[in-house]
Amino acid sequence: MTLLDVQNLRVTFATEAGPVEAVRGVSFSLGRERLGIVGESGSGKTMTGRAVLRLIRPPGRIEADRMVFDGQNLIEASEREMRALRGKRIGMVMQDPKYSLNPVMTVGDQLTEGLRRRDGLGRRDAEAKAISALEAVQIRDPARVMEAYPHELSGGMGQRVMIAMMLIPEPDLLIADEPTSALDVTVQAEVLAILDRLVRDRGMGLIFISHDLRLVARFCDRVLVMYKGRVVEELQASNLLAAQHPYTRGLLNCLPRIGGPREPLPGLDRTGAWAE
Amino acid sequence: MTALHAWLSDPNPSSRRQAKLGQIWLAWLRIRRNRLAMVGLVIVGLLLVVAAFAPWIAPHDPYVQDLSRRLLPPGTPGNLLGTDDFGRDILSRIIYGARITLYTIGLVAVTAPVLGLLVGTVAGYFGGWIDAVLMRVTDIFLAFPRLILALALVAVLGPGIENAVLAIALTAWPPYARLARAETLTVRSSDYIAAIRLQGASSARIIAGHVVPMCLPSVIIRVTLDMAGVILIAAGLGFLGLGVQPPLPEWGLMISSGRKFLFEQWWVATMPGLAILIVSLGFNLLGDGLRDVLDPKSAPK
Amino acid sequence: MLRLVGQIAIGLLTLAITLLGLLLITFVIGRVVPIDPVLSIVGERATEAQMQAIRVKLGLDLPMWEQFYIYVRDALHGDLGTSIRTGESISAEIARYFPATLELATLGTIFGTLVGIPAGVLAATRPGSIADQIVRVVGLLGYSMPVFWLGLIGLLVFYGQLDWVAGPGRLDPTYDMMMEFTLTPYTGMILIDSALNGAWDVFGNAVSHIILPAGLLGYVSMAYISRMTRSFMMNELGQEYITTARVKGMPEWRVIWVHAMKNVLVPLITVIALSYAYLLEGSVLTETIFAWPGLGSYITDALFAADMPAVLGGTVVVGVVFVTLNMVSDILYRIVDPRARA
Repeated sequence: MTLLDVQNLRVTFATEAGPVEAVRGVSFSLGRERLGIVGESGSGKTMTGRAVLRLIRPPGRIEADRMVFDGQNLIEASEREMRALRGKRIGMVMQDPKYSLNPVMTVGDQLTEGLRRRDGLGRRDAEAKAISALEAVQIRDPARVMEAYPHELSGGMGQRVMIAMMLIPEPDLLIADEPTSALDVTVQAEVLAILDRLVRDRGMGLIFISHDLRLVARFCDRVLVMYKGRVVEELQASNLLAAQHPYTRGLLNCLPRIGGPREPLPGLDRTGAWAE
Repeated sequence: MTALHAWLSDPNPSSRRQAKLGQIWLAWLRIRRNRLAMVGLVIVGLLLVVAAFAPWIAPHDPYVQDLSRRLLPPGTPGNLLGTDDFGRDILSRIIYGARITLYTIGLVAVTAPVLGLLVGTVAGYFGGWIDAVLMRVTDIFLAFPRLILALALVAVLGPGIENAVLAIALTAWPPYARLARAETLTVRSSDYIAAIRLQGASSARIIAGHVVPMCLPSVIIRVTLDMAGVILIAAGLGFLGLGVQPPLPEWGLMISSGRKFLFEQWWVATMPGLAILIVSLGFNLLGDGLRDVLDPKSAPK
Repeated sequence: MLRLVGQIAIGLLTLAITLLGLLLITFVIGRVVPIDPVLSIVGERATEAQMQAIRVKLGLDLPMWEQFYIYVRDALHGDLGTSIRTGESISAEIARYFPATLELATLGTIFGTLVGIPAGVLAATRPGSIADQIVRVVGLLGYSMPVFWLGLIGLLVFYGQLDWVAGPGRLDPTYDMMMEFTLTPYTGMILIDSALNGAWDVFGNAVSHIILPAGLLGYVSMAYISRMTRSFMMNELGQEYITTARVKGMPEWRVIWVHAMKNVLVPLITVIALSYAYLLEGSVLTETIFAWPGLGSYITDALFAADMPAVLGGTVVVGVVFVTLNMVSDILYRIVDPRARA
């Protein structure tokens, strides 16, 4: 069963020096599974995730032959229809909770905002739901966290709040854009475990965007490898280490290994025809 | 010409001077695209030309009175902008007034930033209690409303253009001191300053020869941005009769003398005001554009 | 808690030093003034003995530091000396003049804020559009405008030609008499006092007098506020939490006016306080044009009468208001920004 189907997605930015294409004809489809998108900075993986939610602001433009979510055409949808989808059916967790949470609103206000404004819940009901969402991401003292401002939380706590906020409406699809790369290594594993369990339990689709090949291999079912706005290879996560494409192989070779040879890591060879 | 362009836009400059000129050339290319900034540049350029060639441009002597031709409306043949209550040609007076305006802002531009640079670099370079004291003094001056402090100072010094300039300069220096101090703090601990110090250069020499030049670019931008404010304060002092004295054709003073006939002969007060507005708008547009070009952070996306 | 007490203590100490510095500057200006205060009191024909008596009475025979000490002590007790022109207490005179300025500058700031913030937001949400260009040019014009000239043009057009508003002064003479003799003065601000007394005809007349000068000052403050709002708002709209709000499906008005605005308000408070202070200062010239009996008129009148103690007294008061406004904006900043509270 297909949840999201994207054909030939393009994201173009009009700049003073002419149009710049950040995403150049990306196609993929997704069921209730976990899809990883990997690539280096600037490969267009973040833009792909945001294009699905139509969150690219002018001067950026989104085009696609087909972009359908659960039977609904995302390209043709009105802004109002998009708003109904966002949050409610598609959520997104971003990289750094330091920036993705509003610094001058309490965590409680930010968590209950969607429930109260969009779903019209009363204050008490919304707060109860928010507190149970915080419990679900293993925050021990939810009542205190509700009163806190984002700067009073640690990075790991902040990201859990962010995950709770996105999972409250129980969306069908979650886009996680480098959800752990701003966190300490020790916290990364915890946050990932929480995310993993919630996605599994609720059976939602997940697009997991990361630059970390090994993480994606462990965490996802299927992987898209992006380079310069294109998908250069698509493969099962279990086969990642056996990838054929020179770019993917190059990325894999750049990874340091414990016990490996102590010589400089090889750089990426970008001379192939795929690098155009 | 093309050879010069190529030399200026060479990505691999062969000398420091070429690199520097290349940077200026790039900035010029960017500012040339900013239409409003170019309007500002044209206005400021016009002010300079008009002031320099006033005797040749002005159709009449700005001081010669002709009571038979007093208070003529704009459009009168021979008096494009009309005449004032002494029958003097308003256009000619505005043209000569450009010299006074330029003289005032020129004097302020070479005094206030110098004082500010001195205080700011010394405070930033030495740090410690010198910094604390100097910055406290700066804050106290900042706490004063500029125009009112200038008024009080002129009241003590007596009216006149030099005293007005002195009063404005004494109220205008604190922002420069703050700016210079911030810049100094960033260069103070750099290796090349340490190297010069190890060579045995005196503090005065380091500040004058190495710290001040680093602060100059940002101070110069700030001066351009401040000029409009200086013009307005100078005109305000003139309007109150505390700046330039009659019969000199200072624009603020001209407005004040036209006040008596505001409802009957509106042009006497209106025309010089337009001149002030245009010139200070010119400086604002130019300063705005300069900041956009030279400070990428504030540039509109 | 201890840290908060420490912050307040440091704040108060800085405030005290600044105020002392302010008084030192006015004191120095007052002593180097070429007008001899003794001569201006007793006149040219006084004998040496009379002059000496006045000198002792004014404390001018004491050493400088002692004179300064007395000056500061008196100022702290609200005594700014005696006006040479009127022979009255300067503090009492200023207390009478100040409400008029306060009324004018407050109304101007309210106009400027009410128009400036939406204009800045409009420009920031549509960068490069016609609306943005208009806001930018109108703002730059406000920056470049000589206020006193704008006042004259305003009088010429709206009073002289169109007759939409009343002319100079705070009230027509008849209403002025009413105000003086029949109404209870609570605040010295005519709009408030007449409303509290229920004297709506006086109120209406006061409105038609104040609307033009307050509108002009409002324009100047609008120019500043709209420009800063635009720049702050552009900055906030580029932040990641804005994307979060959009991801949550919040409508655009809520994203801008709630999520971004709460953050814009933090620096904007300082801007509004600064522009308020600037209007108090700008009132010096505006009040001259509109014959507005406020602090600005008081200072300029005193200046032309060579009444230096009054000029300096007025200067001190404006300086104190500046410093106070700075402190108030600092406190408000801490209230609005949770990060500054810690």
